[in-house]
Amino acid sequence: MSTSPATTGPVGLRTKPTGKRRSTNAPSPDLSHNIILYVEGVTKSFDGFKALNDLSIYIETGELRCIIGPNGAGKTTMMDVITGKTTPDTGSVWFGQTIDLLGLTEPEIAQAGIGRKFQKPTVFPEHSVFENLELAMACDKSVWKILFAKLNALQRERIDEVLGIIGLKDQRFGKAGALSHGQKQWLEIGMLLMQDPLVLLVDEPVAGMTPQETERTAELLVSLAGKHSVVVVEHDMNFVRSIARKVTVLHEGHVLAEGSMDEVQNDPQVKRVYLGE
Amino acid sequence: MKNQSLLLSALKADRGGQVLLGLLAIAAVAVPVFNLLVPESSFFHLSTYTVTLFGKYLCYGLLAIAVDLVWGYCGILSLGHTAFFALGGYAIGMYLMRQIGPRGVYGDPILPDFMVFLNWKELPWFWEGMNHFPVAMLMVVLVPGLLALGFGWLAFRSRVTGVYLSIMTQALTFALLLAFFRNEMGFGGNNGLTDFKELLGFDLKTPGMRVALFITTVIALAVGYIGCRYVIASRLGRVVQAVRDAEGRTRFIGYKVESYKLWIWVFSAALAGIAGALYVPQVGIINPGEFAPINSIEVVIWVAVGGRGTLYGAVAGAVLVNYAKTWFTAAFPEIWLYALGALFVGATLFLPKGVVGLIPARKVKTA
Repeated sequence: MSTSPATTGPVGLRTKPTGKRRSTNAPSPDLSHNIILYVEGVTKSFDGFKALNDLSIYIETGELRCIIGPNGAGKTTMMDVITGKTTPDTGSVWFGQTIDLLGLTEPEIAQAGIGRKFQKPTVFPEHSVFENLELAMACDKSVWKILFAKLNALQRERIDEVLGIIGLKDQRFGKAGALSHGQKQWLEIGMLLMQDPLVLLVDEPVAGMTPQETERTAELLVSLAGKHSVVVVEHDMNFVRSIARKVTVLHEGHVLAEGSMDEVQNDPQVKRVYLGE
Repeated sequence: MKNQSLLLSALKADRGGQVLLGLLAIAAVAVPVFNLLVPESSFFHLSTYTVTLFGKYLCYGLLAIAVDLVWGYCGILSLGHTAFFALGGYAIGMYLMRQIGPRGVYGDPILPDFMVFLNWKELPWFWEGMNHFPVAMLMVVLVPGLLALGFGWLAFRSRVTGVYLSIMTQALTFALLLAFFRNEMGFGGNNGLTDFKELLGFDLKTPGMRVALFITTVIALAVGYIGCRYVIASRLGRVVQAVRDAEGRTRFIGYKVESYKLWIWVFSAALAGIAGALYVPQVGIINPGEFAPINSIEVVIWVAVGGRGTLYGAVAGAVLVNYAKTWFTAAFPEIWLYALGALFVGATLFLPKGVVGLIPARKVKTA
């Protein structure tokens, strides 16, 4: 991969998000301070092992942030805390200025506008690609409404649009379980897009992908930043280098360094613990 | 209008359902003709015993649909669904007891025989109003529904899943079995409720009434089937299947999984209650034995043998296995349970899609 930060294009704000989303009636976060996600002083221990240790991270509106760190650094636990899967022992997590995420359940957090892609691609294998996207689509997801829900023209158009973005137009009626590994990863990103989220948490998007697939994924994620805030956890350093504007290095549940890729790579502490130099 | 077209297109694509509904329609016409119009001396006469037997099978078919809905589509393996079935049966049984009136052995105008026998002086509060048919009908749906609501709310909210939930459903039905055995419960103890005379003023023992009950069962099964097919064809059906395949993922795209499970669970329990209410007037008795855990396991076997996650397969399985049971328990009563076990193992090993799974394969071959 020879893409340098200069050629991957701007990741800054092209259209400044306001926090208003077109398709849900969930409360919108207040983004007046340009920070969309506050993770402050979060500690979480499992049987005495501190997976997160006084972790503080701030994600700006519309930015593309890469998070790296050795195994066990707390990357996935951090995502679990943000999405409501795990409750931290101490600390606070805010979505914008006004929404306290620690008081919400997983579906409420998802409805508020935080989408997550898991490390292992999890799509609904028995549903078609189209149905996977339909299910993920942002809308009123209460039982009664869903029983009588019908797709309108606008929603169909949106699904078609996302099918185009993730390159699965030809597989739309095929079962998602029959897709290749890379296609499943994309479908999952597509499902994220259908949720119309403000923040995308993406856990190891290029694991197991061919170089071509990796390159396309990089393009996709870069194009999503600006309109959405994108947080990527990844091991593949070339991939991170190709997309990252700002990198956060985690170590033992704590932020070790933060800055541009060059800055963190030249950080003596980072060199010691992560890059093994 | 739009939803109507959803149902129509779902039924158009559902060949198994068309066959099932067609057979039910034929049965609804043929059974009265061959039972009531063809004279008894004729070779073509259908005995009232057979009518009732098949009516019973169809009640089981409705129960099997209820189990298939939660197991085949939502992944909740219920090993206690006959609890809801039996509660529906008890609700109609209470009405039938009150209908006996002074014609009981002890001749008490209000109290059923077993209460007189226990020396009770007045009717327990929960027997009040059960002499009204609409109240009893309401209870047929309400009692199983509310039990399922309470049980499901606690279980699903605590995220009890898989085999643990199955064990809890077994415990539920076993607890009810023990409770209903007690005379103090006021449901006739281990004898249950029986000696029924009339339903809505019609003598239960006449062939005409038997046929009417059969036809009511056919209609209930058809309506129940269409209702379930609609639910499955709706987006709710797709969400429920998504819960079955990847529960965590469904939660992370914004669905309150607990609500979905609870809704489908309560709906299924109410269907099971209706099946029980149709069953009891036809067999003429309801006792705590209906709560036995083994019965609920048998239902799961019907669904597995017939074909899980198809709805019509559940009906096919219920009818086939029970027909086999009727034949076996008459011919070789000792080995029925072994045969049932072998059937389950055989279906699991060789027919993962059940009996109905054989049909499309054969079609492809001949086509």
